[in-house]
Parts: sequence; structure tokens; C-alpha cells
Amino acid sequence: MSDLQNLYQELILDHSRTPHGFGLRGEIAAQSHQLNPTCGDEVTLQVHRTDDGHIEAIAWEGHGCAISQASASLLAELAEGLTVAELEVRIAAFREAMRSRGTIDPDPELLGDAAALGGVSRYVARVKCAMLAWVAAEDALAKA
Amino acid sequence: MPSDPTPLTESEVLRIRTDFPILQTEVNGHPLSYLDSGATSQRPLAVLDAEREFATTMNSAVHRGAHTLAAEATELFEGARASLARFIGAADDEIVWTSNATEAINLVAYSISNASLGRGGAAAERLRLGEGDEIVTTEMEHHANLIPWQELAARTGATLRVIPLDDDGALRLDVAADMIGERTRIVAVTHVSNVLGVVNPVDQLVAMAHAQGALVLLDACQSAPHLPLDVAALGVDFAVLSGHKMLGPTGIGALYGRRELLAAMPPFLTGGSMITTVTTTEAEYLPPPQRFEAGTQRVSQAIALAAAVDYLTAVGMPRIAAHEHALGRRLVEGLGAIDGVRVLGAGIDLPRVGLASIDVAGIHSHDVGQFLDDRGIAVRVGHHCAQPLHRRLGVTSSTRASTYLYTTDAEVDAVIDGTAAAIEFFRRGA
Repeated sequence: MSDLQNLYQELILDHSRTPHGFGLRGEIAAQSHQLNPTCGDEVTLQVHRTDDGHIEAIAWEGHGCAISQASASLLAELAEGLTVAELEVRIAAFREAMRSRGTIDPDPELLGDAAALGGVSRYVARVKCAMLAWVAAEDALAKA
Repeated sequence: MPSDPTPLTESEVLRIRTDFPILQTEVNGHPLSYLDSGATSQRPLAVLDAEREFATTMNSAVHRGAHTLAAEATELFEGARASLARFIGAADDEIVWTSNATEAINLVAYSISNASLGRGGAAAERLRLGEGDEIVTTEMEHHANLIPWQELAARTGATLRVIPLDDDGALRLDVAADMIGERTRIVAVTHVSNVLGVVNPVDQLVAMAHAQGALVLLDACQSAPHLPLDVAALGVDFAVLSGHKMLGPTGIGALYGRRELLAAMPPFLTGGSMITTVTTTEAEYLPPPQRFEAGTQRVSQAIALAAAVDYLTAVGMPRIAAHEHALGRRLVEGLGAIDGVRVLGAGIDLPRVGLASIDVAGIHSHDVGQFLDDRGIAVRVGHHCAQPLHRRLGVTSSTRASTYLYTTDAEVDAVIDGTAAAIEFFRRGA
């Protein structure tokens, strides 16, 4: 598989075309809007929790490149049913892998299908695309 | 400008390419195809050598000091100013060095701002802005020719008005004719759009502005590198350009201003090298251009930019323009023929430089650019510092290919073929 095919795996293209969790609900406190000013990519993301503190769903809307859209979708898929603490651990692990310039492979046990985004970390200019939704989730959790 | 200049031949372009070491390099295992000259151009050895020659034999401060090197450096620095002035049809003392075109526009805006605060005495009165005055710019501008005017309007109470675009992206001259009126004090417009690649009808806008006594500032960043430019013939009052887009180094740009206007303008940046007499409470200022060149100047960059101008002049600007016009047409036609590709501004019936921006249905510009990069093709992706233009055309970003004198037909074809392949790649499995 070439670097390019590794970057844009079928799984990633599928998620970008039919994203998971797309569509916001009514505004809530745990919500964040993130913008990438260099390319205009945007995401608005909500973290919905159940009464016992688990994540019921991540709902989001946005537009941008295949990487940013797939990443938001994969995050939404991963987050369902986790506790807030479990999600925070995964966001930290994802960030570490993304910033590793290809030296750390994301752990599929921890990150599920989102590990398919590992190829992004070789492309320094694209890391912010992959991180956009994850930063939004982190910010949303910090708010409420 | 001579009629029908001969475009550069293929062998001439290949010869020119040998002067640019970076064009011999590989990117991602492919020979580099550099189609991002609209963002920054590559530099020939003559430009790099001029900077090194200065640094190794003459480096010293200009306009201060009396030793031999200082005198030689000053002479070269002023010679560079004269070279650039000749290149754009200006007089030597009508060229002010700046760090870039953005600073040049801000220089004009802040000088007007300072005049509006009463600085510059009676001479500067004609520049003062206040409530009821209008600044006119366009929806097509690079942010550098928009935000300084937004800020100037906010500081002075003047109103900023914006000439809209039609659905193709062309300036609405009919609206401009109504908008530019007796309240208009300055019209700021780009010569060539950095997204659409079309050459705006500047002469018509100049006529409208001057009929109302308004000044015209021309953003020549995308024209000075690619077309024969004569600011006096165009009749503009100010023009700005950027060295690194015309084979020169980064960190150097220039403001052209008509002599009598520069003479009337209060300074923007103040400090050393722009004064005559200084006391602890006040200072008197040098005439232009030194009045606007406070502090240590970008000497080696100015000298290198002059070498770039010499290089362009030796090849011949009319022939470079003809070469790039042909490349631009090849780009627009080739990209426009691909199913799912929209060339922004393709419907505009105006002369073009070698630049085209595209929107690909369902595929983001970053993904198109990434695919091309994998083939060693460098293009620009994003909004190219022109968000209002993109918004007007209904897109958030685009993929832009831009040429220069060293660009070959084969490179243009690589962009076209690569774009078609990118569409196939991203639509697989869909």
C-alpha cells in the first residue's frame, strides 16, 4: 500500500462519505466550535451524556477535507458508551500518535477504527485536520 | 507593450529552468512540478548570487557611516531602487521599500490615518478622512487589500464600500460606476485576482475614481511578476508589490506613490534614518522615500530584488506574459474539461495570467492537493487569503495552480492529469 493509499484508506473515505454522528441536536453546554483558519475547515461538536456519566453520543456538523470529516465520524463511533475518563484517555492517546511524525502507531485496542488515521501523522500539515474534532470534544468536555 | 510578443519557446523555458536549482529537485520520488508561484516564486542563481556577493564583499549599513563599504552599499541600495522604478514605470523617488506588499498597504492606510489625526500639516489636509468619506474596495481582494481599509474606516469614521462581483466572479463595473461618487476618497483594487487570474479593467476604475477626485491604490502583487507594468501609464496613485513573488527574496516589497502624494503624506513608522533635525520633543522628517523608511533597511533583499528585475527584463516581460497567457489558457481549458471540476471565474471575458483555481465536486481542496503532492506537484489549497471571494462563489476553499516563466506545458498537463486521477482516487468505492 502506498503512503497515499495508507492515508486515504477505504475505511476513511467511507466515513467521510457517510459520517457517523452527523447532525447536531439542540444546543447544550458541552458543545464546541473549532475552526482551522488556514483552510476554513469547521466543526461544531456536542458531547451528550447519560445520567450515570457515560457518553451517550457525540453529535457534530462541519465541513472540510476527507481526513477531518472521517476523523469526526470515527471519534463519534468510538465515544459511544465510554465514560468521560475513558474518552479523555483516548483523546490523549490519539493526540500523541498524531504528533509522533509516524513514530507511534495508534493502538487499535484503545482507539478502534480511529487507529486507521495513523497514516496522517507522517503528514505534518494534515495533523490539524485529524485533530479538529478531537480538540472540539476535549473543549466540550471541559465546558460541562 | 509591443503587440503580439512571441511566447517563450520550449527550449528557452528549459534553458531558463537550469537557472533555478530547486526546479531540478525531486519531491516524493517525482521531479518537482512547482505550480505555486502565485504564493511565492522560485529564485534563480543570479538572485541568490547577488545577495551572497553583497554579503561577502560590501555588507554595511546604508545612509549612515562614511566608510568605503557604507558608500558602496548605499550606492547599490539606491541603484536597486532605480532598477525597480524603471521596471514599473516610476521615478526613483517614487519607490518606498517595505517588508512586503501588506506593509506597503498599511503604510498608506496608517499615513492617511495619521493625516486624519492632524499630522502632516497643511500638505496632508487633502488626505484627511472622516465621517461621510468613503473608501471603496472590492469583493475580490486579498485580505491584505481589505482589512487595512476596514481598520482605517473604523479609526477615521469613514465608510468602507465594496464593489460586488457577478456570478462568474467579475467586478460589477455598473455598480462601481454608481458606488464611486463624490464621497469616495480612495479606491483600492487588485490588478490581477490571486484566485481567478483575470486582469481587471483598471483603466476604467481609474477613470471613475479620478473623475470624482479619488485616489487609486493598485495591488500589483499578481501583475508585476507576470505582465509588463507601467504605473504611470495606468495612472494609479499608489501601487504595491511583493519581491518574493517576482523571483526575489522574502522580506522585501515596495510601495509606489506619485511624488506629490508621498511628499504630502505624514510618516507611518518613525525612528532612525527618516529625520533631519531631532530634539527631545519633536523631529523634522526627510522627504520621501526616506521619510517612510525608518530603521535599518533590507539592503541585501533590495539588491537581490534588483537582480530579479534584471533577470525578468533580460527575458522580456512581454514574452513572459505571452508564455503565461498560453499556460493559463491551457490550465483553464484542460481543468474545465474534467467532469466535476469547476474553474472559478472561467466565464469571465478578460485577459488572464497563468493561474486557475478549481472546485472539485465532493472533494475538498486539501485532499486534491495532497494527491497532487504525492506526484511531486505543488499547488496551493485553501482560501488563498480571499474568503469573501470564495464565499461569493459558493465555496469555502479551492485548489490553485499558478505558473511562471519557468513553467512548462508538461507541468500544466501534469496538474490536469493529476486532478482527473485525484477524482478517480477519491471516488473509488463510492
